[in-house]
Amino acid sequence: MELILPFIIGILFSASLYLILHRHFFKLILGLILFGLATNLFLFVIGRLTRGGSAIIEPDENVAVEPFADPVPQALLLTAIVIGFGIQSFTIVLIKRVYQSFGTTDLDDMNTTDQIEENH
Amino acid sequence: MFLAILAGFLLAFAAPLLHRWLGKWVLVPMALLPLSIFVYLLTLSPAVLGGDKLGELHAWAPSLNINLHFFLDGLSLLFALLITGFGTLIMLYAGGYLKGHPLLGRFYLYLTLFMTAMLGLVLAGNIISIFVFWELTSISSYLLIGFNQDKEKSRNSALQALLVTGLGGMALMGGLILLGMAGGSYTLSELLERGDVVRNHGLYLPALVLLLLGAFTKSAQFPFHFWLPNAMEAPTPVSAYLHSATMVKAGVYLLARLTPVMGGTDEWQYTLMMVGGITTVLGALLATQHVDLKAILAYTTISALGLLVTMTGIGTAPAMEAMVVFLLAHALYKGTLFLVAGNVDHATGTRDLTQLTGLSGSMRYTAVAALLAGMSMAGILPFFGFIGKELLYEASLQESPFRWMLFAVSFFSGMVFVAVAIALSYGVFWRRSTSPTPLQHPDKPLLYLPPVVLASAGLVFGLLPGFFVTPLLRRAAESMLGVEQVFELALWHGFTLALGLSVLTVLLGYVVYRYANRLLSYASRFNRLYLFGPANLYQLTLKGFLIGATKITATIQNGYLRSYIVAIVTAQISLVILALWDGGPRLELGNRLHELSQLRLYEVVLLLMVVSALIFLFKSQSRLTSIAIMGIVGYSAALLYILFGAPDVAATQLLIETLTVVIFVLILHKLPAFKYLSHASERYKYVLLSLTFGAVMTYVILIVKQYPLDSELKAYYGLNSYLLAHGRNIVNVILVDFRAFDTLGEIVVLAVAAIGIMAMLKLRMQKGDKP
Repeated sequence: MELILPFIIGILFSASLYLILHRHFFKLILGLILFGLATNLFLFVIGRLTRGGSAIIEPDENVAVEPFADPVPQALLLTAIVIGFGIQSFTIVLIKRVYQSFGTTDLDDMNTTDQIEENH
Repeated sequence: MFLAILAGFLLAFAAPLLHRWLGKWVLVPMALLPLSIFVYLLTLSPAVLGGDKLGELHAWAPSLNINLHFFLDGLSLLFALLITGFGTLIMLYAGGYLKGHPLLGRFYLYLTLFMTAMLGLVLAGNIISIFVFWELTSISSYLLIGFNQDKEKSRNSALQALLVTGLGGMALMGGLILLGMAGGSYTLSELLERGDVVRNHGLYLPALVLLLLGAFTKSAQFPFHFWLPNAMEAPTPVSAYLHSATMVKAGVYLLARLTPVMGGTDEWQYTLMMVGGITTVLGALLATQHVDLKAILAYTTISALGLLVTMTGIGTAPAMEAMVVFLLAHALYKGTLFLVAGNVDHATGTRDLTQLTGLSGSMRYTAVAALLAGMSMAGILPFFGFIGKELLYEASLQESPFRWMLFAVSFFSGMVFVAVAIALSYGVFWRRSTSPTPLQHPDKPLLYLPPVVLASAGLVFGLLPGFFVTPLLRRAAESMLGVEQVFELALWHGFTLALGLSVLTVLLGYVVYRYANRLLSYASRFNRLYLFGPANLYQLTLKGFLIGATKITATIQNGYLRSYIVAIVTAQISLVILALWDGGPRLELGNRLHELSQLRLYEVVLLLMVVSALIFLFKSQSRLTSIAIMGIVGYSAALLYILFGAPDVAATQLLIETLTVVIFVLILHKLPAFKYLSHASERYKYVLLSLTFGAVMTYVILIVKQYPLDSELKAYYGLNSYLLAHGRNIVNVILVDFRAFDTLGEIVVLAVAAIGIMAMLKLRMQKGDKP
């Protein structure tokens, strides 16, 4: 599993980046969600995997006994997942508003505010 | 000295307020300030004239050896007296010139700010403070040139002056720092004694080049002379004060100040003589090509500045003597003539030489001032300008390989000065005319008194050169030469060669004046030459910059999200590959293949599920299917977390995934059909990029996992989470106890996102609103 997971993460990264590079707003969101997922897994795997043993101290012990999973990446992941959810829901609502206001879901139609007027 | 500078800055910023309280009488406190500094400096002058060098030190940044250090010797005193004395008159004059102007208070703010900065520049005894005050003069000059900010030409000229002198200032800063490194000190008095060390140091040449750039831009030397005539857009008091008598002489002051440190080498001498000479001739030549009073004065000022630089370049005792004498004489007569030109402009509404005539009847006092200043400029006998001219000729005729060239330069400019002087004083005022130019208002005392006082000073100094002026100028020359000077200034030197040449100058100057019209008719023929002039070059560079900046911004900020992401990802991939390419760790998979045997069946099922879900995702045309597939991938990840000892993470992932799917379905069900917006030509590029990115990430994980992880944090939390925080679930303890503030931040982020979502959902746009 330790050897296979990196490849799975790579595949997830590839797929999500390809989705992000689409012109369709909806695909962009899918890509973002997948990208967040891949990043979380990336962190998790980089922090080493421990089969079994959760990061929980047994009732009759005062300190954790090996093997137990590293709690630091897990704490990071929890935060990352929740924040990622905040971003996702914001983006989902944003796409709806954008569609209501502009009548399009094509990203290339939404590049005007940023563009410098070249002919003045 | 420090108090004087401080008072100047304070009063400058109080000026708008004072204007509101005192109305037009604001000129009283504004003129009193330079006057009192002038008097204060006079009380210091006996000590300085006795050979003392006064210093005053206030710690500023002692650790960097940068201090607010003031230093008063002959040269500083000469400049400081000029700045404050002239400043007093200008403050009065400005009160009359801009009488009733609603922004008079602001004008006084800028003008006093400039005066104080200039004073600080000449009194500074630390080269870093010299730079700071130098930049302040550039900025206040920018504000003053652009004072009529509603005129486009005014704004452009101000910007041009700021860019040219500001660039010079930047060079100056580099030069001063190099000088400080070469001399081992930023203190002027110490540097002045280490001239030999500096001149033999490896950094001498770069420092010299940068310093000269700074001085040449400030003092409008060729090829940076073009900003000065444009700066004449400023109100006339400003032109008289900044752009003829004081600020443009800052460059000359710097050169003079640093002569004992940097001067005397071949590079110094030849550069100064060449640039100064070219500027002198060019300024004189261009002065004959204009009919605008202020333009003519501006070009003759350029010419005079060129002469001053040339004299500094020659560097002999007589040349230095001529330099200081001419500097004072020029400030007196050129300032007067500018003020006179301002009066004429104010009273008649025109500055065109060809339309102005016979004004002596209606503007008697101004006419007298113009006559006195004109005679000083022409170098007629009892005036101070005469002494200056004589000394210039003598200095340029000294033994030197270039004596004839130097003489030709000063003779040529002298001739043009005579012609300009005749045109400005005789031509405008005294030439008999049947129809004198009509006045819009009579001459006013506030406008004619300052030029009369200045012009008479030129006469008094000429008649009584021994009183105060000679000792002051002697000390000033001493500051540049480092040796005590004992020259005497006298009007009458007997029938010398210089006298004969002076007479010849006046005669030839008169001839130039007579044929000035014919010279003017040639003016249009030079137009094609101006296309290649530095002024045009400046315009092209500026335009090029703007176009280039627009192009670059349009390229990198093109508004397409994809190109930004492509740039970011490409950069990241390249950096990783670069880091791994040379000397990076190598991947050794061979001895880890046995790990494959630990693979369990349910794990394989999980992996297959993720991969097949992704394949379906790309094939799917339906939004709902895509959302469901995303759910599958998310749940698989949650299962993985469970398998590897992270139940809390798994729970969160499950919860969030469910919520996301629900929100998706609730909100996005009304969107249009799931159209595939293809970008066929670019698709292969993106596929390639995505695959490379995924491969790099995989490679990075594999490499990292080759090495053991020794986490002290894991051990620490394992030991302490129950004993210190009384929690058995270590992850939870970290989140709510050890790193509780991070969690608080996370909650804030969520709250902000929720507020944003609320705002977007509640926002109801009216018809016709811009989205």
